[in-house]
Amino acid sequence: MSRSNLFLLVLIAGVAALPLFGEAYALRLGTIACMYAILALSWNVVGGLAGYPSFATAAFFGLGAYIAGVLLARGMPLAGAIPIAGIDSFLVAALLGAALLRLRGHYFAIASLSLIEVFRELVNNATDLTGGGMGLNIPLAASAGVMADATFFFYVMWGLLLATAVMVMAVSLSKLGFGLSCIRQNETAANMVGLNTTLYKSIAFGLSACFVGGAGGVYAAWVHYIDPSDVFDILYSVKPIVMALIGGLGSPLGVTIGAFVYLGLEEVVWRNYIQIHSGVLGVIIVLLLLFLPHGLMSVRVRQWWRRTKNV
Amino acid sequence: MLAAQILINALVLGCLYACIAIGFSLVWGVLNVINLIHGSFIVLGAYLAWSLYQGFHISPWYALVIAAPLFFVLGYVIQRVILNRVITAPVLVTLTMTFGLDLILNNAMIYYFKADYRKLSLTPPMGSVSIFDVVVPIDRLVATVAALALTGVLYLILRRLRVGRAIVAVRLDRDAAVLMGVDVNSIYAIAFGLGAALAGCAGVLMALIFPISPLTSTAYLGKAFVVCVLGGLGSVSGALAGGLLLALIEGVGSAMFGPAHATTLSFALLIVFLILRPQGLLGRKGFE
Amino acid sequence: MSEILRLQSASRRFGGLQALRDVSLTVNKGEVIGLIGPNGAGKTTLVNVVTGVTPATGGSVTFDGQDITRVKTYQSARLGLSRTFQIVQPFAEFSALDNVAAAALFSKPGEGLKAAREEARRHLAFVGLEAQAHQEAATLTLAMRKRLELAKALAMRPKLLFLDEVNAGLNSAEVERATELIHQLAADGITIVMIEHLMKVVLNVCSRIVVLHNGQLIADGQPREVMTNPAVIEAYLGQQYAQRAGIHG
Repeated sequence: MSRSNLFLLVLIAGVAALPLFGEAYALRLGTIACMYAILALSWNVVGGLAGYPSFATAAFFGLGAYIAGVLLARGMPLAGAIPIAGIDSFLVAALLGAALLRLRGHYFAIASLSLIEVFRELVNNATDLTGGGMGLNIPLAASAGVMADATFFFYVMWGLLLATAVMVMAVSLSKLGFGLSCIRQNETAANMVGLNTTLYKSIAFGLSACFVGGAGGVYAAWVHYIDPSDVFDILYSVKPIVMALIGGLGSPLGVTIGAFVYLGLEEVVWRNYIQIHSGVLGVIIVLLLLFLPHGLMSVRVRQWWRRTKNV
Repeated sequence: MLAAQILINALVLGCLYACIAIGFSLVWGVLNVINLIHGSFIVLGAYLAWSLYQGFHISPWYALVIAAPLFFVLGYVIQRVILNRVITAPVLVTLTMTFGLDLILNNAMIYYFKADYRKLSLTPPMGSVSIFDVVVPIDRLVATVAALALTGVLYLILRRLRVGRAIVAVRLDRDAAVLMGVDVNSIYAIAFGLGAALAGCAGVLMALIFPISPLTSTAYLGKAFVVCVLGGLGSVSGALAGGLLLALIEGVGSAMFGPAHATTLSFALLIVFLILRPQGLLGRKGFE
Repeated sequence: MSEILRLQSASRRFGGLQALRDVSLTVNKGEVIGLIGPNGAGKTTLVNVVTGVTPATGGSVTFDGQDITRVKTYQSARLGLSRTFQIVQPFAEFSALDNVAAAALFSKPGEGLKAAREEARRHLAFVGLEAQAHQEAATLTLAMRKRLELAKALAMRPKLLFLDEVNAGLNSAEVERATELIHQLAADGITIVMIEHLMKVVLNVCSRIVVLHNGQLIADGQPREVMTNPAVIEAYLGQQYAQRAGIHG
């Protein structure tokens, strides 16, 4: 196992200890941190590894949130609803991917962006099932109190993060990851050496949606109420990209660190500049792209990190 | 609804859509940048018109003349100082960059103007005209004519002025343009400035018809996208074709399925076109 | 001699341009065929049509008994068709080793990465690039990249290999070296079709020459016949060459 991946597992293990040190606020922050890391790591599969700049993360986050939300509202336990949300997201993404990933560059970005809109409207209009614009209430399971609830959801999100990290590492070590890397570098040549690029891209897109959908489901259960504009928010697509850019594309460890750093920035900004927090986020993005295009990783000891960066 | 009414509505709306999209299309076609600030520029233009009218009773028609150079400079500066540094970077970076810039602008507008909807109501109101059974509000009609005039101005610039020819050259083949001695960086800034000016002017016109709020910027942006994909990038005729097609489909769809689905329809159409005919009705293949 | 590739009235149209017009060609196992003709004659298009990069708009292509007219690029690669690109297409960030390993890995389902890397070493050695195995492909010289391209094509263990102007941009020493390699491949029994402008190389290596002009096949046969064919001299070789080579048209 590469050093980078090892560090990642250590980092994640470290995060697991959070409940020992924090109260409700720290737990909430920790849960969001795990969620952000899941989104960023998942995006990296299709965006960093395969080289297709997807803006569809929010679409699948919302999809997962609603699938799980509807199932939970009908009495299914969490242990069933989340995996179903994840698997369904995988399938929908893989199918759509076969069509959408034929597009390159800008066109793919736009198409993936539009998915958010389309999914949101579909959910909005399926009022009987989803409550439409009124939102969906998800019942609280018999809970043992606020702290226990908070801890529970933290660990569920954390567990999902661990699963995502394992998936990402498995992909990067596998033939799939190697193939995606080929596709990123030269899709024509990849086809020419016998790689079924459509299949690989679809799987990558599916994997990038799967844990995102799961995270959406956990989010829905955690906050107990979701509505379309809340979960189908374009920011859920853009933030993971910014996190990946902060940390350095392609490296799971970098991307995860990027997620945590981003969350830190977001919290600081939110607490101090609440009225202009999105503006400040914008400034961060602009500065980041102007001065650190290769992410924080490029600031470190270049050679070593570059070797462990890609597949 | 009368078929003729639907058609006329679509015609009017289509020209407005074209006006919204033309600046966006220009920037995408020439700089290969998807300018996510476009929607906010439009809203800013609307605010400008509103402020000028509320504060100084300056009619929106004059506001057009004021808006154009102001927005041109704004766009020119943004491109030259910030955007140009990442102009050669992949889609991901430029898209995220304009997203960040848009966050700044949009947040600034919300902070300054607050998010409530405002309306620019002309006194005295312009009323509407009715031919046979078809009703058209006069302000929309006039705005449509103005929108067409704007697209006409752009067309003339691209056709007749030297700088316009240079812009077209860069759009068709950047490297060849460089070899011909065109200062591409300058052209990029000028094109972006033009795009911003067109957006600002479109915003002035929109102020007459639609309510104004920073929250509407994504709606305008969304329309611009769809129009570009439907009609093809970088050309005035493409924007017109796309605008008319979109308005027609929305109108018919609205009549058949109800107005709530209009947006979904347009985005679903977007995806269909992207998959089947990414260059749009009139566009050239190869703009990635 | 058994047939390995057959084009039957193959055509390819791009909008208004007829890039290939009714081309019928049979390639037998073990042959080394030179595919020549002026620029724009359709030589690369022919290769693209066979490998599925741009499918034929008319006619059929049969490979090893199978109809591959509608087959996708990656499928033709797995069937045993391999090609090099005129403008080399490496995986720029990968090392030379990984470039070749990728070819070995994906062309034969069931192979693992480790085994593919080992096999890649052998192919790199064959083309003389063992020393550059761990160098990034983007940092190699053009001549090396051309050899890398060849190594990749070979790693696919092809039955039929298309070489698209492997010698473009190489100096005479490098051309000699490349020609050596091709001789070696032919000796190993791989069927080769090479698009080439250097007549010296073509005459040195090829057992048969096929000439394309404006998308049509205008000559197909032994080097001697083809070289003295007036249509070929007119379309491609030129009177001066014919005179210098002692051929009278």
